[in-house]
Amino acid sequence: MTTTVAAPPREGGSGRGIRRGEALAGWVFTLPVILILGIFLLAPVLMALWVSFSDWSGRGSPLSANVRFVGLDNYASITTGGGLPTRDFGISLRNNAWYVLLVVPLQTALSLFLAMLVNRAILRGRGIFRTAFYFPSVTSSVAITVLWLFLFSATGVVNEVLSWIGINGPNWFQDPNGIVHNALAAFGVTTGPPALTENDFLGLSWWNWLAGPSVAMTAFIIMAVFTTSGTFMLLFIAALQNLSGDVQEAAMVDGANAWQRFWRVTLPQLRPTLFTVLTLGLIGCWQVFDQIYTGTQGGPGKTTLTPAYLSYSSAFLGQDWGQGAAIAFILFAIIVVFTLFQRWALRERPVSRRRARQYQPSQPKEAKR
Amino acid sequence: MTGTTLTEARVLTEEPLRQPRPTRQRWVHAPLAWQFVLYAVLIAIALIYIYPFLVQVATSFKTESEAASDPISLIPQTFTFAAYERLFLRSDFPLWFANSAIVTVFVTLGRVFFCSLAGYALARLHFRGRGIVFAAVVAVMAVPAVVLLIPKFLVINQLGIYDSYAGMILPLLVDAAGVFIMKNFFESIPVSVEEQARIDGAGTFRVFWSVVLPMARPALITIIILSFQGSWNELNHFIVATQSPELTTLTKGVAALASGQLSQGSQYPLKLAAAVIMTIPVAVMFFIFQRRIMNVSEGAVKE
Repeated sequence: MTTTVAAPPREGGSGRGIRRGEALAGWVFTLPVILILGIFLLAPVLMALWVSFSDWSGRGSPLSANVRFVGLDNYASITTGGGLPTRDFGISLRNNAWYVLLVVPLQTALSLFLAMLVNRAILRGRGIFRTAFYFPSVTSSVAITVLWLFLFSATGVVNEVLSWIGINGPNWFQDPNGIVHNALAAFGVTTGPPALTENDFLGLSWWNWLAGPSVAMTAFIIMAVFTTSGTFMLLFIAALQNLSGDVQEAAMVDGANAWQRFWRVTLPQLRPTLFTVLTLGLIGCWQVFDQIYTGTQGGPGKTTLTPAYLSYSSAFLGQDWGQGAAIAFILFAIIVVFTLFQRWALRERPVSRRRARQYQPSQPKEAKR
Repeated sequence: MTGTTLTEARVLTEEPLRQPRPTRQRWVHAPLAWQFVLYAVLIAIALIYIYPFLVQVATSFKTESEAASDPISLIPQTFTFAAYERLFLRSDFPLWFANSAIVTVFVTLGRVFFCSLAGYALARLHFRGRGIVFAAVVAVMAVPAVVLLIPKFLVINQLGIYDSYAGMILPLLVDAAGVFIMKNFFESIPVSVEEQARIDGAGTFRVFWSVVLPMARPALITIIILSFQGSWNELNHFIVATQSPELTTLTKGVAALASGQLSQGSQYPLKLAAAVIMTIPVAVMFFIFQRRIMNVSEGAVKE
């Protein structure tokens, strides 16, 4: 930030003052941005908030007099109504939660791993490797989805490779079975305990919540990791290059091995970047839309349905605008909550007492002040 | 990826780089075997990342039966342009391409101009409310795009620009992240540069246009890359802003193609050819500006 933050002297007479017309120019310069962001971002959000509380049917203006305020009805029908909308919403949350649970850690770990690999100064051809890892990130999600539909088709590349090692690959995008259920089935467990099957949440039994992502969703999970690891790798490389070698060397002198140095020295220093990557990952993962729209439209068996796609389909295809808008706002709330939680979990903490004691080897007892 | 390779590779990445041994032998001698493992791992991963794209290009030149029977080979047995011919001569594909190009050009120009204008004002011009405007721009960046699907449609519809180029282009013309980037860049330019021009009698716009903007080339290129990529690859905005076939963009068209609306059978060569062509402009852009995109801080470490 520059020093311009201080308010300039406004009184005339001193001569220097604010330059003539500067305030006007400031507003004129920012006007297009204010207008466009205001009209296409702020106003829409308010309008959609209204729609989520109304019974607008999609005809005419949502602001016209014959649209009624229905309070929380739309929200209620997707959360506590118990009917099809509730069930669909539950299913979409289940699908997306598994997606987040798998994609976020995997993409973070993989991108950090790639960054550590290519960050070495002496590595030959590291530019080529970086390019290779980053390239999937620049292509459009539609193009990648088309490619993925081919790679993971019944007779596609992935199954061909799997057949080399004797695995009979599934028909990925047609397979609605959850992978946790599949794994349990391998041990002969095909039905859950009554405690799980007889109780439900959002119209979906707990047994079904724990089904895991479907095989079809797993293909999307692999795709997400594939396409995002390059971007996040760049963030980690930038952070790694800003670290000073001193701490590393100190640790080395102290006899820390490579694994300890990574875990105890490098990783804590990467905390801000880690936070960025996790947050961006989380935000992105709750917004899965393009892939679903292009690829499966929620199928098979609704197992790739996500809240974002459900919001779109209930509004634009099902003409249930209130519910669609309500889903969008719940999704918004989920993203905000998770981001705040992450911020809290990864906040800079003072070193705990227990930790601090480790660094003070000969302390008789805790000093009481 | 197994845990053991992970550990090994990490050892490899760090060990040679900063060995504090005063004798200058360092990495050259010790971990030759590790070096080998490292390169093997890297090449294997790079293959996994690149092979899908090679297969994609190869398959677009295969016949449909070959695409199904031999998906993995990179050399088509019967080399055919049928998919591309069909796309260009007997489909709406050229129209989609043109639409994407039109939108991308306007959006990129608009973003470069408006984002740098606003970025300059927020960095340099003093006016009441500047702080609020900036805070609002930052806040807007946090709103997830998918949440705006319905809201955007409502407003576009209300304004009467639904299903028109205006509805496709206008909402994308400005980008909060772009404003943010430009503001940061302008703050790094010394004020004295502008003072000179002011003394010579240049007005605010003149100073911005002829003095500061030309200095902002690196930031402008960043904006150009981001908005080109962003608007070329944009899908959900076009889904909610248009419906008529004449306004279909590549993303929308190819998505429809992928879900089989336009054809029977799997048609993989056709779909993949469409995806290939769709990727080419961004890929070209990527390779032209590759240094800038990839150079997070290349050169910070001496080789």
